[in-house]
Amino acid sequence: MDSDFNTTDRTAREFQGKTGKQKFRLPFRQYFAERSIKSVLFASGILSIFVTVGIVVILLWESSRFFGFEDVTLVKFLTDTQWTPLFADKHFGILPLLVGTLMVAIIALIVALPLGLLSAIYLSEYAPKRIRSILKPILEILAGIPTVVYGYFALVTVTPFLQKVIPGLGVFNALSAGLVMGIMILPMVSSLSEDAIRVVPTSLRHASFGLGATKFETTTRVVVPASLSGIVSAFILAASRAIGETMIVTIAAGMNPTLTFSPLRSIETMTAYIVQVSLGDTPVGTLEYQSLFAVGMALFIMTLFFNIISNLIVKKYREVYQ
Amino acid sequence: MSREVYSQRDREALYPGKPTESLREMNPTIQRSHRWGEVFKWISIGAAATGVIILAVLMIDIFKDGVPRLDWEFMQEYPSRNPEDAGIKSALYGSIWVIVFTTIFALPLGIAAAFYLEEFAPQNRLTEIININIANLAAVPSIVYGILGLALFVRFFALGRSVLAGAMTMALLILPIIIISSREAIRGVPSSLREASMGLGATKWQTVWHHVLPQAFPGIMTGTILALSRAIGETAPLIMIGALTFVPYVPGNIETLHDILADPMALITFAPLDGFTVLPIQIFNWVSRPENEFHMAAAAAIVVLLVILLSMNALAVILRYRFEQKGPQSR
Repeated sequence: MDSDFNTTDRTAREFQGKTGKQKFRLPFRQYFAERSIKSVLFASGILSIFVTVGIVVILLWESSRFFGFEDVTLVKFLTDTQWTPLFADKHFGILPLLVGTLMVAIIALIVALPLGLLSAIYLSEYAPKRIRSILKPILEILAGIPTVVYGYFALVTVTPFLQKVIPGLGVFNALSAGLVMGIMILPMVSSLSEDAIRVVPTSLRHASFGLGATKFETTTRVVVPASLSGIVSAFILAASRAIGETMIVTIAAGMNPTLTFSPLRSIETMTAYIVQVSLGDTPVGTLEYQSLFAVGMALFIMTLFFNIISNLIVKKYREVYQ
Repeated sequence: MSREVYSQRDREALYPGKPTESLREMNPTIQRSHRWGEVFKWISIGAAATGVIILAVLMIDIFKDGVPRLDWEFMQEYPSRNPEDAGIKSALYGSIWVIVFTTIFALPLGIAAAFYLEEFAPQNRLTEIININIANLAAVPSIVYGILGLALFVRFFALGRSVLAGAMTMALLILPIIIISSREAIRGVPSSLREASMGLGATKWQTVWHHVLPQAFPGIMTGTILALSRAIGETAPLIMIGALTFVPYVPGNIETLHDILADPMALITFAPLDGFTVLPIQIFNWVSRPENEFHMAAAAAIVVLLVILLSMNALAVILRYRFEQKGPQSR
């Protein structure tokens, strides 16, 4: 049975002698076992594709039902400046949610990008080994703190503090949520940028020193530009993370979808709206319920866009050193 | 060779009559750039210290609010309308149920996918798509996984708002993280080990099962523990699939060892389909209330959550440390 089982399959072929003269074939039972195990592993690998397909199909299907309702059109969804799904006079314009989301994210990035990049520079260029070995785990702990805890911190600690500095600041505001979100994404910016900076070969630094540059000049004019693609892609990933973050904004930024550009006001982000709907008793299949999926779709498209851009930047502009 | 670029004689020619120590001190331009360098260094130190300081403030703040409220009764009480009586029993049990089932689903799938991609996958277009896809999935916001879980597990598979639906959603959420970290661990196993095993006539799978997996296992476990600690702290997707905020029971009403012995089948039949809540959702519920007493309860629950997370982190660090100490056995 074994002898006439002939195949050119990769699994079996690997056991042929290199010269090809001497052939070792697996007994059929063993060959069968190898193949089936490989199939099982392949199935697990391909599962991730099904997850993505599942997300896309569900979002498309359920949003299409949302846009199937009367008075709801894609144009209105993108241009209307009011978001009032729970009122009698319903408006579904995503702009207030979008502006709220972007405002919080921008505040977060203003905090996280400089701090993250500078700590990455410190960790990779200046820090002695011992301090590095203490700082890195601390940043990892900061990255591992659940977002609901950051939400508590924003509402119970940061907002009262800000209220002392800025009189008249409401309990829910975009500023506090944005600042705390900046702290949340700081470890991510720092560790991804540090990875990018560390790849820059030491020979480049030595060449710069050899030309008489100081450490500062070497860092800012040689090392950082050389790792710029990695740093920028880290920034973009951080932005995507900030847009998709849910609990901090739900707890600290409020649930008040108004179109405002003031960070001192209460706003609502896309993610907070999704939570608000799923917390309430909205019956399945109603307009309000379906709006959740339309907002989810917008969120998914935005984060996917950012992730793809980040990947492209790394792929296209990365300097390759041997 | 001396470090100085100029010789002593050159220096005297350049700056006659001046007793000099180093070029750096003489040239104002160089002096200035060195001073800027110092300033920049201290700004960087300040930036790196910010994270540490904020972590300290956050921890002190929460422990100060939470620890006085924390006692044995707090762990043993169900949530209540009265903040003084409220406890985290149902949330604690719910978190344990969800995390156990998440591990059961995600761990084998994650390791299998990692082994496929590292050891078996041919270099073709499909493999490339899977790789890009996994990287993208790791960056999808967690609330989108909640939407997926709601539509797929709660409604399509009609699992309802159950432990099982929650755990499956969480498993999909942490799967990319487990795959990515497991692949790294597998890549760390030296290829000489594989070659030796194959050279002795072992098949690919025998090599993977008997040699690569045991070597990579500590690394895989480190990654898995970190992924699970992410799942324990995750709130948004479970709110989406409808983990309730007020749950005065534990899944399957299984509270003690006695309950398990009385009806062991309930562990896999009834309990996984029961409603549940988890620690982060209980915290969210208490934070959203205006009363200060509930905020205290939230802080106490956060202390419990952080203690669980920090001990998991410590476990992961210990595992990694031991692994690094021992190193790959064959060199």
